[in-house]
Amino acid sequence: MDIVDLSRLQFAVTALYHFIFVPLTLGLSILLGIMETVFVMTGRPIWREMVKFWGILFGINFAMGVATGITMEFQFGTNWAYYSHYVGDVFGAPLAIEGLMAFFMEATFVGLFFFAWDRLSRVQHLIATWTLAIGTNFSALWILIANGWMQYPVGARFNVDTMRMETTDFMDILFNPVAEAKFVHTISAGYVTGSVFVLAISAYYLLRGRHIEFAKRSMTVAASFGLASALSVVVLGDESGYTAGHNQKMKIAAIEAMWHTEPAPASFTVFGLPDLQTRTTRYEVSVPWVLGLIATRSVNTPVPGIIELVDEARTRIANGLVAYETLVAIKASPHDSGLRDKFDAHVADLGYALLLKNIRPDIEHATPAQIQEAANSTIPNVPVLFWSFRFMVAIGFWFIALFTVAFWLSAKRQLDRYRWFLGAALLSLPLPWIAIDLGWIVAEYGRQPWVIEGVLPTALGVSSTDAGNVLFSLLGFALFYTALLVADLYLLIKYIRLGPDDTVEANPRRRLAMVEPRP
Amino acid sequence: MSEYEILRLIWWALIGILLIGFAIMDGFDLGTAALLPFVARSDIERRITINTVAPVWEGNQVWFILGGGAIFAAWPALYAASFSGFYLAMFLVLATLILRPVGFKYRSKMEAPLWRTFWDYALFSGGIVPALVFGVAFGNLFEGVPYGFDSDLRMHSTITLLSLLNPFALLTGLVSLSMIVLHGAVWLNLKTDSAVKARASAVIPYAALTYAVLFALAGWWLAHLPALQIVGSIAHDGPSNPLNKTVAVVTGGWFANVAAHPALWLTVAVAYLGTLGAVLLRHRPGLAFIASALVPFGTITTAGTALFPFLLPSSNNPNHSLTVWDASSSRLTLAIMLGCVAIFLPIIIAYTSWAYRIMRGPVKASDITANSKSAY
Ligand code: HDD
Ligand code: HEM
Ligand code: HEM
Repeated sequence: MDIVDLSRLQFAVTALYHFIFVPLTLGLSILLGIMETVFVMTGRPIWREMVKFWGILFGINFAMGVATGITMEFQFGTNWAYYSHYVGDVFGAPLAIEGLMAFFMEATFVGLFFFAWDRLSRVQHLIATWTLAIGTNFSALWILIANGWMQYPVGARFNVDTMRMETTDFMDILFNPVAEAKFVHTISAGYVTGSVFVLAISAYYLLRGRHIEFAKRSMTVAASFGLASALSVVVLGDESGYTAGHNQKMKIAAIEAMWHTEPAPASFTVFGLPDLQTRTTRYEVSVPWVLGLIATRSVNTPVPGIIELVDEARTRIANGLVAYETLVAIKASPHDSGLRDKFDAHVADLGYALLLKNIRPDIEHATPAQIQEAANSTIPNVPVLFWSFRFMVAIGFWFIALFTVAFWLSAKRQLDRYRWFLGAALLSLPLPWIAIDLGWIVAEYGRQPWVIEGVLPTALGVSSTDAGNVLFSLLGFALFYTALLVADLYLLIKYIRLGPDDTVEANPRRRLAMVEPRP
Repeated sequence: MSEYEILRLIWWALIGILLIGFAIMDGFDLGTAALLPFVARSDIERRITINTVAPVWEGNQVWFILGGGAIFAAWPALYAASFSGFYLAMFLVLATLILRPVGFKYRSKMEAPLWRTFWDYALFSGGIVPALVFGVAFGNLFEGVPYGFDSDLRMHSTITLLSLLNPFALLTGLVSLSMIVLHGAVWLNLKTDSAVKARASAVIPYAALTYAVLFALAGWWLAHLPALQIVGSIAHDGPSNPLNKTVAVVTGGWFANVAAHPALWLTVAVAYLGTLGAVLLRHRPGLAFIASALVPFGTITTAGTALFPFLLPSSNNPNHSLTVWDASSSRLTLAIMLGCVAIFLPIIIAYTSWAYRIMRGPVKASDITANSKSAY
């Protein structure tokens, strides 16, 4: 494997790993806020016990989220140095703002959440909990603004003198429609994860006949919050499809395994076996109209197919080569304004010409066959995208069904009545993580070969460090992370087994405070 | 001065402030971890020591994360060149820092002595290694590291981990470690009582003396090192492209700034005053803590102003060295980010101070036994 593959693998492993913990933090922090609000409003000690018990599990998970996040923050510099130079002017800003606005907030208030029960009044502690929850959500907002820009690079242009992308309109970056769609879809996915977690573990207690009152109340909160979140994941997932539809046409075509442009309105393929070699999809089962509606919100705009998009890429590569040749000329005579005008006219396709760098370094001499090869490289891995997407969607609909039943049972106060339901809830525990990782694979792997869509090919983004170093760090992280995950799961299972009675403080002072009458 | 030049100077100072914030705030909890095996013998003493930082270390660590993010946003070329150049050193720091969140949280969640001892040493390495490596990195800045750019501004370097671990850099690494240990000891002196306090307080004079001697030694050595100087003029508001200047090598040149502006000797004075204060005031722990916070302040401003305007000197392509004038973000990005800092930094300082006020007072053995399940 070369440095590009190793760096991609390391990024994928560390990011997917970070994202095991992130969604649970996002969801549980809000659920803790809700539970504590009920405690402060009703003064019933069982609600505080719920906050404390779920809080212990939250803490075990949060520690891993922080530990793995640190790697992410520095990995752009260590492994993606040319990327960092090329887009740091734009991409660095949301990352820094995330630190200023979100990380300080969540990290400071998480300390108070755990250690200041005795030092803050009930309302003050409640405020600390909600501030923590809001902090985690701000963090998601800013990182997804950064990630959204990689999918849809608005508000920036290439500067010839500094050889990099620079911000031209910060508001465009901030209100990037892709970032908005991503933010709402991803945090809803986090809320679903938190809800499934609480629902499944409570179901486990009910199946065992332990902590009945505790589990039923926890389930009630999870059921209503989970239903709202599951609906929003699906509705807003559709929004993601729509925004991807008008700026990442290749991604949509690949998700759909749609080789040729279909006349409007395009149909949605429910099942099929996409074949990369023959560029066809076998055994296709499709539903008319649906894709056209998702991707374009209209019945008369055609959705372009992969083969047509490759032809378009070829034209853009040729155009980009003009920009590239002009850039080389500008380096030789920096003050020629005629050259600069010519460059500006073609710069939009510069990134496409850079795709040729994977094939030969002196790209200005590329042959038509090589240009075709570069154009073909814009096709992502169709079967992976096709199937990842379908599993994610299937899980999404399963959650709606699960939470609808849970909500209905909780309304009828029969949560502990049907063992099949409790079993289904418990078995659903791993599903949100599967859906989320599949979602990231669709979003990130589907963006290949670009690291910045249309601007910078992934292969150019890497550092010029020794591949041996990257292999070493990759193995190091893999080893480390595996060991930490074992410790994490071990503790989680231990504390879940112990359950609320044995884990929440047996502190006499605190017991007294609990039976205190409402102030 | 043009607006772009002023912005670059402000951002140079702001990165300094973030590094100082990191060294002061995260410094004492790194120092606490570095002292853990020495000041705390029994399990309850270890828990007392760890719980002095329990509610705050997480916020402190964000100074480090924000330092990374802010360098990315304001000095992207520096972010790219230094982190990829120092690849394995960065990996070492990350690997030990990762152990901290987990170590703090997981250590006391199980009774088994082996489990606890393991995490104690994980926390210990998470204190020692970053403190040492950051110092080593600073030393290497003065010596220059082998790197350069091609005309696409892609960096090529031949830096290796072994070449970073040279004698001068190891010396600056020890300067940094002794500074952090001093700061940690002063913190424990403030936040504990009984045996831990006594041992921590006994460490203070030794740590202070070590720091004082090593810092002077590093200064003496620095005077004999080859230094860089920009030849001719460079536009202070030109495009951020490090290929357009000429740089000469002059021995002893790292003292040029302080020779030109003798007031800069004050930074050295502050570092030494802080060291002295930490020792003399150790029976007034609050004041001693303020004094020892001056040490990182003095040390980092001394190093930063000596390097100015260089950020990352190159040893084999001096002309390509990154400087304040040719490695920053665009004017617009610097301005936007300055606005964000102006809004958020005061808010951060306000709620951080509030959190410290809430958690004030020493950690006692009875606090741990009464909250045995929830304390670290
Ligand atoms: C959608 C949300 C999301 C996404 C896409 C990411 N993160 Fe994350 N991150 C969080 C949401 C989050 C969080 C919820 O805020 C965490 C997780 C657990 C936690 O403690 O905070 C966190 C923690 C966390 C931390 C530790 C913060 C602290 O000390 O409190 C860092 C430095 C990062 N992340 C950095 C990154 C980077 C560089 C990412 C991109 C490559 C990234 N995260 C993706
Ligand atoms: C804002 C947040 C994120 C940013 C800025 C980001 C950026 C990147 C970058 C620079 C790469 C390497 C280039 C590439 O191969 O595409 C990458 C790859 C990847 N990322 Fe993301 N990423 C983010 C979040 C995530 C998260 C949270 C996940 C999943 C948990 C994820 C999944 C992946 C995967 C699977 C790859 C490998 C794809 C491949 O190389 O084939 N990303 N991403
Ligand atoms: C009907 C259901 C769903 C639809 C239509 C849907 C749609 C999408 C689409 C189109 C993307 C790609 C966006 C891009 O490429 O930029 C995506 C990504 C993603 N999905 Fe889903 N999704 C659904 C359900 C789910 C569920 C149930 C989860 C998790 C609980 C989930 C989590 C994610 C995540 C984390 C991402 C990556 C972040 C992003 O790009 O927004 N999705 N989804």
